[in-house]
Amino acid sequence: MQDLSLHILDIAENATRAGATLIEIDISEDIGKDLLKIRIQDNGRGMDPETLKGATDPFVTTRTTRRVGMGLPLLKQAARETGGDLLLTSESGKGTRVLATFQKSHIDRRPLGDMGATLITLIMGNPDLDFVYRSNLREQEVEVDTRSIRKALNSTVRITDPAVIRLIRDLFSKRVD
Amino acid sequence: MAKLKVEDLKRIKESMKGTVNLRQGDYRVKITVHMGTCGIAAGARTLMSALLEKLEKSGATDIILTSSGCAGLCNHEPMITVEVKEAAPVKYVKLDPDKVDRIFDEHVIGGHPVAEYALSVGSETTY
Repeated sequence: MQDLSLHILDIAENATRAGATLIEIDISEDIGKDLLKIRIQDNGRGMDPETLKGATDPFVTTRTTRRVGMGLPLLKQAARETGGDLLLTSESGKGTRVLATFQKSHIDRRPLGDMGATLITLIMGNPDLDFVYRSNLREQEVEVDTRSIRKALNSTVRITDPAVIRLIRDLFSKRVD
Repeated sequence: MAKLKVEDLKRIKESMKGTVNLRQGDYRVKITVHMGTCGIAAGARTLMSALLEKLEKSGATDIILTSSGCAGLCNHEPMITVEVKEAAPVKYVKLDPDKVDRIFDEHVIGGHPVAEYALSVGSETTY
């Protein structure tokens, strides 16, 4: 994966396949501690303790349990390369939370990448699910909540309509300094 | 903080008035981008962006663009599947945005599959 936005897309795609109806993505930083934090939380079916234990192990066979694969191990590796880590919490029936921390200024910390493209890809592929995206960074401050977009559109226009997608896309091209 | 403005969404709603909105699930062509870990790492997201741009430019309302998981052919990624109603679905492999551009024009709009990018056409022959 070239950048963090691709990792985020991959993990969120897992969440869509775990039967989630709401997926929240939060990106924040702690400037004092030089940390970048990515949190991806879903309300899907979650994992039992056994599955959870093997979820970040790339050599656990995963063909029958759809919830795990190479995605989490790759993100864990990306975090650890910067001295950060990946924390996974999950409960059967309640959903899963992935928290990845990075040392922000570390030379091996991959750039955030195009979060707009990631979010739009998620919405296009899963028009019936809701996504909340919040980034609170010096280089990007964006908030998108598909629940309020849906409410405003009042089911007269689809959320995947090119005009709506364009509006979401444009939020990410605005520079906030 | 960059946020969507309700007025902008209302404007879209207004501009749609009077136009015929297709019912959900009613479409002529469905394009699926395979978005597994393998696909994403190989560049599937750039295909989705390229297709969105083509879709927006075409103004077509009878084309659905969506994504799915790993199709089990990870070495052929990035891949898309094009399904034209009442025709056999075509899986395209090892794509890039330029190839997708051509597939959109020739297959999705024109109705003629681009054989050279397809996974296979028909089956083996004996001659």
